[in-house]
Amino acid sequence: MKEKIEELKKILDVKLEEATDLTKLNEFKINYLGKSGPISELTNCLRDLDVEKKKEYGKLITDFKNDIFSKYEESKSKYELEELNKKLESEKIDVTLPSKRIRRGSKHPNSLTIEAVEDLFVSMGYDVVDGPELETDEYCFERLNLPKGHPARDMQDSFYITDEVLLRTQTSSVQARYMESKDNEPIRIIVPGKTYRREEDATHAAQFSQIEGLVIDKKENNVSLADLKGTLEVFARKMLGKNLDLRFRPSYFPFTEPSYEVDVTCFKCGGKGCNLCKNTGWIEVFAAGIVHPNVLRANGYDPDIWGGFAFGPGWDRITMFRYGIPDIRYLYQNDIRLLNQFDRKDDE
Amino acid sequence: MILSRSFVKDYIDLDDNLDITTIAEDMTRVGNEYDSAGKFVNATNLVIGQIVECTDHPDSDHLHVCKVNVGNEVLQIVCGAPNARVGIKVIVALVGAKLPEIEIKKGLIRGVESCGMMCSRAELGLDNKFLTEEDRTGIAELPEDAPIGEEALKYLGYDDEVVDFELTANRGDLLSILGMAYELGAIYDKKVKDIDLSHNEIKDNVNDEFTVNVETDNCSLFLAKKVKNVTIKESPEFIKNRLMASGIRPINNVVDISNYVMLETGQPLHFYDADRLGDTLIVRMAKENEKLTTLDNEVRELDDSMIVIANKDNAVGLAGVMGGLTTEVEYDTKNIIIESAIFDSVLVRKASKKIVRSEASNRFEKGLDPKRTYMAIERACTLLEKYASGEVLSGLLEYNQTNMDDKVIDITVDNINNVLGTNLDAKTIISVFDRLGFTSKEKDNNITVTVPSRRLDITIKEDLIEEVGRIYGINNIEGKLPKLNVKEGTYDKSTRLIRNKLVDLGLNEVLTPIFMADNISDMYKEEGTESVKLLDPLFNDRNTIRTSLVPSLLNVYSYNKARNLKDISIFEIAKTFYKKEDKYYEDKKLCILMNGEYFLELGNNKKVDFYILKGVVEELLIYLGYENRYSLVTDNIPKFMHPGQSAVINLNGKEIGYLGKIHPSIEKDVYICEINLDKLLENRVSKLKYKEINKYPSISKDMAFAMDKSITSEEVIKVIKKAGGKLLTDVKVFDVYEGENVGVNNKSLAFNLTFEDYTKTLTDEEVMEVFNNIVSSVEKTLNVKLRS
Repeated sequence: MKEKIEELKKILDVKLEEATDLTKLNEFKINYLGKSGPISELTNCLRDLDVEKKKEYGKLITDFKNDIFSKYEESKSKYELEELNKKLESEKIDVTLPSKRIRRGSKHPNSLTIEAVEDLFVSMGYDVVDGPELETDEYCFERLNLPKGHPARDMQDSFYITDEVLLRTQTSSVQARYMESKDNEPIRIIVPGKTYRREEDATHAAQFSQIEGLVIDKKENNVSLADLKGTLEVFARKMLGKNLDLRFRPSYFPFTEPSYEVDVTCFKCGGKGCNLCKNTGWIEVFAAGIVHPNVLRANGYDPDIWGGFAFGPGWDRITMFRYGIPDIRYLYQNDIRLLNQFDRKDDE
Repeated sequence: MILSRSFVKDYIDLDDNLDITTIAEDMTRVGNEYDSAGKFVNATNLVIGQIVECTDHPDSDHLHVCKVNVGNEVLQIVCGAPNARVGIKVIVALVGAKLPEIEIKKGLIRGVESCGMMCSRAELGLDNKFLTEEDRTGIAELPEDAPIGEEALKYLGYDDEVVDFELTANRGDLLSILGMAYELGAIYDKKVKDIDLSHNEIKDNVNDEFTVNVETDNCSLFLAKKVKNVTIKESPEFIKNRLMASGIRPINNVVDISNYVMLETGQPLHFYDADRLGDTLIVRMAKENEKLTTLDNEVRELDDSMIVIANKDNAVGLAGVMGGLTTEVEYDTKNIIIESAIFDSVLVRKASKKIVRSEASNRFEKGLDPKRTYMAIERACTLLEKYASGEVLSGLLEYNQTNMDDKVIDITVDNINNVLGTNLDAKTIISVFDRLGFTSKEKDNNITVTVPSRRLDITIKEDLIEEVGRIYGINNIEGKLPKLNVKEGTYDKSTRLIRNKLVDLGLNEVLTPIFMADNISDMYKEEGTESVKLLDPLFNDRNTIRTSLVPSLLNVYSYNKARNLKDISIFEIAKTFYKKEDKYYEDKKLCILMNGEYFLELGNNKKVDFYILKGVVEELLIYLGYENRYSLVTDNIPKFMHPGQSAVINLNGKEIGYLGKIHPSIEKDVYICEINLDKLLENRVSKLKYKEINKYPSISKDMAFAMDKSITSEEVIKVIKKAGGKLLTDVKVFDVYEGENVGVNNKSLAFNLTFEDYTKTLTDEEVMEVFNNIVSSVEKTLNVKLRS
């Protein structure tokens, strides 16, 4: 009996080895592992043996059976995997072919700028507000300490629609409207918007954009030039470069007193001097100052009680500086090749 | 305002070692920007020489070969000037000299060696307006006594330095050399020297010979004096040179003195030929359509908003702007009347804007100091006596309604520090006022400042704070952030969400100008509205502001198409404008333009059509919360749209925009949508809230109908929904078929219906009952046939 088992073992091992694919393995299973196969035959022979032998050979047969079955399973998995791999190999595609998708869009660079500015100021508790672009002379000039005939009006040649209605020359008009709409409350706003001046040459576009900032608070809270400087530092360092310094140059705007033009360290050369800053090391970015008492008064705020600051960088200019766009006209031309350059997140 | 260094040195001791750029930068630091700073004449290595020999060039019919004595040597110079001849003193540019246009090198001119160049005044770079015909065509001829070998520019008085300032509108006081001297004095802590007003006066009194009548309130100060027996000749060199350095063309000594005094004091003067003028001057408003020929020989038509100076008969000058031709000082003038006055700045500004801008009007517009008005007339007398041998009559014709008092302003140390964010003490502050030439008294940190009348720009405390900040400098203050109450900042989220959504849908955002031609703007305006036109456009093809964003986006499309850039899908969010019954309105709109490929798939790209545009628009509307609230209708389609492939978008029954294909007569295969965002976003959206998900399975059924082509899917769906009742929870169109099987003019629409019950599992019988109801209702209502 023992010899029979050993002999069958040898035969089956060889047969199993010869079964080198799933079909042959299946045949092997049917021929040798089935109910009418040689193993079953062996088991049948046990019937005639005594109990002791039955036990002994029964165990041998069971071990042999388990062994050959697990060998079979092993071989089967192996060939199944091989088969699967073959199939997968045949399904191989060219992953470098173009994807299926819709075209990619992009925000206008000026929008990228203003979203960053808005997020910054909103995080500091400012409200972002808007006002009409068709404005009256009163809100655009008179309420901002620029009465009719004031020589400073020459700084802002205007597109008039009628004697009283014009395209706003500055977003400062919203200062007047906003102050008027508030009942002597503290104010913290920025006003991004389009503005229009009757001048057009290589450096001026008749249409451009500004961002106005206004902070008004009780005098006792002492909103000073130092606060203005700190605020503009945060702005400039967020939008133009982390280690920039500011330089305040006294200037004149009718709506602020004192008034300043604020320069920022040239972000191209770091202040060493280059063609962008005309070798001065500085770039003019903001107009700013302490709100003129006449402006407060004209819009319902008592200048003995209230005070604050206002500032206004050119929106287009910030965009141009941020992205190195050399000509303001490019922003309004909308060449798809330019627009498509702004179709991803920026490095923050 | 151009600052001449030699001129201002009459009034302040400027350190000679300070270079002109440093001065300009120091002025910038206190708020006075400049355009340029440098030499009046930008040339080097120029000496005085004398031609000692002059022969014709052997190889030219117009060139001369000259021997020129320049002191230490005699140079051979080839020269083409017709006036080159032996004996004349000339300006020689030595080898190595740099002139504005050229650099002088040793060289051969038609085979003859030339070591230098003899210069014309034009070649020195003098402005064209200062040059005569001879200055341009021939070399400059210097006086016989010009010292050979000396530096030519120094000898000519052309060695001045100048700064061209861009002054701010409030600093009218700086439009004078004296004002500049005070400003520089404050910077460098130097005192300003007195102006010389001394002169003799003869016994005759002007009051006996002449009268002045001021008949308008728009003249607050009018002074006149008379000077007899002037000799008209050329001005002394220093006056001519300083005028030129300041950008003013010298004419003759008398005219030059009026300009010179204006530059010095900032007060424009006018000199009349007394004999041509008569014995009276009247200041009055011009009559409507009154005519005046001004000094520049132009006939000007005046109106009643302009102030004129007149004699008994006619206007003889446009006050503050320009004098008249008839009473001009000419070569035969003997006696002159000097006018020094202050006119209403706003009216002068208006008049000069209409007529002509001048050095005088620029100063009147910005306001004048009455003390200077008095100073200037005396100064003119001094110079006329000295340089025109005039005899000054005693007496002064005087009309004065001005307040001549200096301003007194009280301020505290705290006032200043609170605004500047500084920590200055009273002593430092007072020293700043001292430097500015303001007098001040201090007690317990309260300072009383007396501001000289020349500083018209200073009227309130804040102006003084600015002065302290300017002169002291605030660049060393430490920036900090305002201490403000904590609050939430807010912004217009909708615009940003719309922008985000459309960018996600593959569109490029654009930014376009609002200006366009009126005929284009009119084409896209809404019925019953008018385009908004500019009173004074820069260009005729941009005389109107847009009523619609469509033409702006079409422009972008054409711009890119012209550059062979295809597949343009763009949008813009911006204002549009219109006029209705004399009132002006603006709307915030969104415009989308799509053309070319949209779905990109190798070999199977999909071009934009109506349904892709509609998909983009619906994605947006649904994202904004308006699902099931909008509908597309085909009435009232704008005439610039394709009538068969466009629709108007209604929301809650109100029109908010339109979409579709633009009319092929305008552009081919371009799809447009324009939505009025003000109208759209005024419709509020409910809060997001969880809705229960059905626990029971849904059942899905299809049905298809053959029908006339003109029946819309929406019409069928309406009927299906009505008949379907509560159990029908969704209907989708899943196929459209047109072809032989359904007959000409017919189509087949196939629908997929979803049935659900939230309380139990539906049985097929329940669903079939509803299904059959729907079929018969659709067949009956729309007269169509179910396809099996």
